[in-house]
Amino acid sequence: MSDKNDPNLIENTRRIIFGWARKSSLWPMTFGLACCAIEMMAASAARFDIMERSGMLFRASPRQSDLMIVSGSVTLKMAPVLRRLYDQMPEPKWVISMGSCATAGGPYPTYSHLQGVDKVVPVDVYVPGCPPIPEALFYGILELQRMIQRGDRQVKETPLEPAPELESDHLHTAGSGV
Amino acid sequence: MSTEDGQADPGLAVTRLRDALPDAVVEVGVHRGDTTVVVAAERIVEVCRLLRDDPELRFDYLVDVTAVDWLHREPRFDVVYHLFSISRNDMLRVKIRVEDRQPVDSLAEVYMLANWGERETYDMFGINFAGHPDLRRILLPEDWEDGFPLRKDFAIGGYGIWAADNVPFR
Amino acid sequence: MSARYDIHDLQEQEMVLNMGPQHPSTHGVLRVVLNLNGENVRKAVPYIGYLHRGTEKLAEVRKYYQTLPYTDRMDYLAAPSNNLGYVQAVEKLLGIEEDVPDRARYMRVLMAELARIASHLVWLGTHALDIGALSLFLYCFRERELINDMFEKYCGARLTTSMMRVGGMPAELPEGWVQMLEDFLGIMPERIDEYENLLTENPIWIRRTQGVGVVSPEDAVSLGLTGPCVRGSGVNYDVRRARPYQVYDRLEFDVPLATEGDVFSRYQVRVAEMRQSLRILRQALDQMPEGPWVAELPDYVLPSKVDAMTSIEGQTRHFVLTIHGYKAPPGEVYKAVEGPKGELGYYIVSDGDSKAYRMHVRAPSYYNLAALPLMCENRPVQDVVAVIGSLDIVLGEVDR
Repeated sequence: MSDKNDPNLIENTRRIIFGWARKSSLWPMTFGLACCAIEMMAASAARFDIMERSGMLFRASPRQSDLMIVSGSVTLKMAPVLRRLYDQMPEPKWVISMGSCATAGGPYPTYSHLQGVDKVVPVDVYVPGCPPIPEALFYGILELQRMIQRGDRQVKETPLEPAPELESDHLHTAGSGV
Repeated sequence: MSTEDGQADPGLAVTRLRDALPDAVVEVGVHRGDTTVVVAAERIVEVCRLLRDDPELRFDYLVDVTAVDWLHREPRFDVVYHLFSISRNDMLRVKIRVEDRQPVDSLAEVYMLANWGERETYDMFGINFAGHPDLRRILLPEDWEDGFPLRKDFAIGGYGIWAADNVPFR
Repeated sequence: MSARYDIHDLQEQEMVLNMGPQHPSTHGVLRVVLNLNGENVRKAVPYIGYLHRGTEKLAEVRKYYQTLPYTDRMDYLAAPSNNLGYVQAVEKLLGIEEDVPDRARYMRVLMAELARIASHLVWLGTHALDIGALSLFLYCFRERELINDMFEKYCGARLTTSMMRVGGMPAELPEGWVQMLEDFLGIMPERIDEYENLLTENPIWIRRTQGVGVVSPEDAVSLGLTGPCVRGSGVNYDVRRARPYQVYDRLEFDVPLATEGDVFSRYQVRVAEMRQSLRILRQALDQMPEGPWVAELPDYVLPSKVDAMTSIEGQTRHFVLTIHGYKAPPGEVYKAVEGPKGELGYYIVSDGDSKAYRMHVRAPSYYNLAALPLMCENRPVQDVVAVIGSLDIVLGEVDR
């Protein structure tokens, strides 16, 4: 890239600048679902102050935000709502799946629980924990920022399909035994 | 069940109930200090009105409404009401036994709490409360068609889902 | 053109406003459908169940000790209170309530009261945030972190603690824990003064909260409101006093009451409760005896780690208890605690197996939320936010 004769100089510079701009002003949506939302609040509150110092600002509307932190259990009743909110967010957009409930159903292999939010929306970073401590969330955010800077999935490769029909056999593969 | 402490005194409420509505009381038991009265299913509103309005009893606070599914028993369901008297500091468990699909008179007229309590019981067990102002599903989606999840023949992952031990109860 | 639509026709039009499930001031995934007449709410209908995870069904397939972690995740703002309610109910079912040693009881009370303060702090912060007092959120979370530190030091988890066991507590208080609590007790009273300085006489706060969401004592009892919601209406009902559990009968504390039944009353009650909790903590800490922290009940209590690692009996017991659990005698019990939100009761039915035949949770938030339509009727739409905040609901507990 340092080579002056690089034919992709302008393109590469553009990517670096855009990546830097995007990663430094992630605006997550206020989307508290369950227990993890409390840790997300703690992460943005006095002691950890993770949101403010990484240039993040919670927005109440999906139309103003580019990061969805799925913080907690997604139930079958909530899944269509989650997908609709995701569809309302402008491109480029990213998703962090926070906690084991959102990642894979967690301790709830039940009739009403979605076994992993990646069945409904594409997920960029999974943060493990039940609930993850604020430091873990911070690590997840830093990972996402690195991803954005590298240019991984700046724009989704596949055009968005319409929200899938929420048939129970599609959503459940009842992972762990009961 | 729950007649372990058979000698224990069931308390004032049961005495009053037996005096006032002798044919409504089916069974009385005391277990671990909790008094349980089983009453005839069709008399439940009458019983609760008496318990609430009697000046000696004043069970003015319905703590909870729920049900228990005894799959292989006839009748199949217990509907369980916990009553508490704030002024007298006394607790009473009232139960009725109902068949599947047998309508139960709603207590929503007597206690406002019964509105949501009975809705949840309907949602989870499919017990029909006759005279309930708004008997809809409350926790599950309104278009849920897979049945009633807390019944014992409902496997934990729902119907038609494969898992190693996702089998209905017994 | 104007003849067809005059102003009276327009006033008759009802507007339906859907609030939630993704809304910053519904404290989770509550959805309220508001029928509005201009600015006034004609009807507010809560729709819940967006966080229904099937905890009660899970309790039927998990052994008694395996159900404990699920109780954390119901009222996740005050997990120790839920743990306490659950282990108490199981102990009552097993008939071993009397065997729990005194030290464990005091430790349980300490944890439950800390949880109450933590829960009220989250409530105060978010409630004030909803109404527009932004800075209080940061103040409250600052103190809440101190409580979280204590939980973390004791059991390793900040939020979902699972810190009680049937028969007692899992471990002794670690070194330095008491000092942390002493420090906390030292600074907390003036911190509560600080919150009150910001709010109690703040004219904006008063106008947003006084006379809003009024519920009469009769309605409150009939609706089954519990906790600060019913005490804000002047009904003196506190499970800690009505049916004392653990060591609450040995501790001196007042049950704060307010008379108006509005949002401001509930605010006053909760703030006063935090002060009472500090009093309880002080006394419990002073009265706490030395001694064992878990009952000598080999049938129900796991052996200590040293025992399990060094002796064959201990190891066998550990395996048996972990794999088979313990069987509870047939019967049914109801046991309640005064959680931060109200009466948190566990109704457990056993058929003699090592799993509960049925576990039902009497969730205070669930029935408190049922009062929302009544409180919001014919009030301006902005009051809905204040009322939801003052009910202090936790959706994990509402939906279970």
